[in-house]
Amino acid sequence: MKVAFLGATKGMGRALARLMSQRGDHLFLLGRDADDLQRSARDLEVRGRAPVSSAPCDLEKPESFAPALDAAETALGGLDAVVVTAGLFATQDQLEADPALTHRLLLVDFTNTVAFCEEARRRLLARGGGTLCVFSSVAGERGRRPVVLYGAAKAGLTRYLEGLDHRFRAAGLRTVCVKPGFVRTSMTDGLKAPPFAGEPEDVARRVLAAIDAGTPVVYAPGAWASVMFVIRLLPRFVMRRVRF
Amino acid sequence: MLSGWGRIPQPGHEVRSEDLVALTRDAVLSRGLGRSYGDLSLPPPSQPQAANTTLAERILSFDEGTGRLRAEAGLSVFTLNRLFRPRGFVVPVSPGTQFVTLGGMVAADVHGASHHVDGCFGAHVAGLRMRVADGRILECGPEQESELFWATVGGMGLTGHILEVEFRMRTISSPWLQVEKQHMPDIDAFMEGLKASAKEWPQTKGWIDCLKRGRHLGRGVLMRARWASAGEAPVQAPPARPRPTVPFELPFSLVTPLTVRAFNSLCYHFPWRAASTDHPDSFFYPLDVVENWNRLYGPRGFTQYQCVLPAAAGTGAARRFLELLTRRGGASMLCVIKDCGPEGKGLLSFPKEGISIALDIPVTNDTQGLVDALNEAVIAEGGRVYLAKDAFTRAEHFRAMEPRLPAWTAVRRRWDPEGRIRSAQSVRLFGDTP
Repeated sequence: MKVAFLGATKGMGRALARLMSQRGDHLFLLGRDADDLQRSARDLEVRGRAPVSSAPCDLEKPESFAPALDAAETALGGLDAVVVTAGLFATQDQLEADPALTHRLLLVDFTNTVAFCEEARRRLLARGGGTLCVFSSVAGERGRRPVVLYGAAKAGLTRYLEGLDHRFRAAGLRTVCVKPGFVRTSMTDGLKAPPFAGEPEDVARRVLAAIDAGTPVVYAPGAWASVMFVIRLLPRFVMRRVRF
Repeated sequence: MLSGWGRIPQPGHEVRSEDLVALTRDAVLSRGLGRSYGDLSLPPPSQPQAANTTLAERILSFDEGTGRLRAEAGLSVFTLNRLFRPRGFVVPVSPGTQFVTLGGMVAADVHGASHHVDGCFGAHVAGLRMRVADGRILECGPEQESELFWATVGGMGLTGHILEVEFRMRTISSPWLQVEKQHMPDIDAFMEGLKASAKEWPQTKGWIDCLKRGRHLGRGVLMRARWASAGEAPVQAPPARPRPTVPFELPFSLVTPLTVRAFNSLCYHFPWRAASTDHPDSFFYPLDVVENWNRLYGPRGFTQYQCVLPAAAGTGAARRFLELLTRRGGASMLCVIKDCGPEGKGLLSFPKEGISIALDIPVTNDTQGLVDALNEAVIAEGGRVYLAKDAFTRAEHFRAMEPRLPAWTAVRRRWDPEGRIRSAQSVRLFGDTP
């Protein structure tokens, strides 16, 4: 599989990229920091024993999307899948205290991620189809006290991916929307881990299986599927009281 | 709260990031997987934040021809084994657990069952990338800033933050081990057995029943191993082993004189196969089989006491040490004996030519007294203790057993005049600012 990967240097993206390269997929890394990309590329090369290249791509710079995906397509000699694990995270308290950060997060996690997906979607469809795997979040399932803003951006992203799946699946575009629950990564470092907190490696295994099967929605770790099922059913007067 | 593997808690917390350069900018101490037993990896009380390196674990280069590997400091031996054993490479020196980071292996200058032929891990390190106390990032190695390098090898993380490690992996003939086990009736036979095995076996170690007194003093099982040749080894790769876990801290310690006596008896009389082809993990990392086994020691935790008794003290030294131990009743389930080769070049590195004895001791009201008594005996023999295990040694005892301390301290001060980089252990032993 020929994969363009935005966000493979950290956390769940790093774990997923390693699984892919270890089984022989060809990866092309996209990200902000050239030096960091190089280091991850070398790591994946040693693990997967195949060359890995990279190109700059910044979710805060929409003008970087098309050239980055072009570079990936050229270097890989094709494109079977695009994976997006990159995104911005901040706590509700941080966001409420900083309107500029709020604007940035909403822009990156919704508008620009969708714009990137549109670029990827066009390229995959032009090739007759492929897989677009994007990391959204369980934070987008319901409006909840600790994730009002981040959750809103992720809710928008989830809906976009759902619509994309309905509109283009027949044309060959397989959309995989990943909804991670609490996973122990640098992004969540310092936050109190709830029950069912997962490890990035477990998430990666589950996501890879979903990519292979073309599952449109995947919760990871798996326990979060049941947790969110209950949360989706809670009436509004209950949700208004819960603190999570 | 934070604690070492011995689960004796101290105030503190850690922060994690993939970006070690940013993470160490203001940190006073780096910490890996926390397998050192005592307070070595714990921050000082006034700066209770440690930089956890375990997310910085990328491999940066590997040369199949020479075995040279460079990686970020948080990479573990567990990952290296998983990736490289099937390709015919292993770490040149492996400590008793595979859940250690490269940074930790350098900081403690770890040794293994092959010390008599391979020396410590530091002897195989070609270079380090470090952040020193003034904030600079630099490279050091045996040929470059060698003074800093040899102060860092075995320097317990106190000379700066280790960011990257470059070292030589070793090739193996197969991923399986040829192992032999022999019963040793007493400590004198054990010393002879270790000495005789050292000539032909790269890996030697022994387990001692340290409750036995009198004519069975120091009885146990001697284990020796070498990598199996391609012809001897099974065709299939050693399987990944399941790791059952101790799910929570026990409300009391399971390690009591009674349980230890039963365990030791079972271990000694178990019909070990004299020769077998074994999974390498069961020889190198027998305790890794159970995750969080340290929770068996209950809420008070435990410490490991590891000392080396120099060859110069004669073969009677180990006997005298065990006599003292059994007299004091220091019940220990795990008592491991190894022979050490010559002292390495790390300025504060633990091993030197002689016999190393390691024992796990549940913490009781008597632990400080027991450690003091053992330390006084070790000082009298001209030996020293291993700081990676230590939680109870007094500063004056360590000074008495470590004539190299002033030389190491001088280098450390040159790179860190204000003593910024420090740990709970350096506060306890070296008089650093709390």
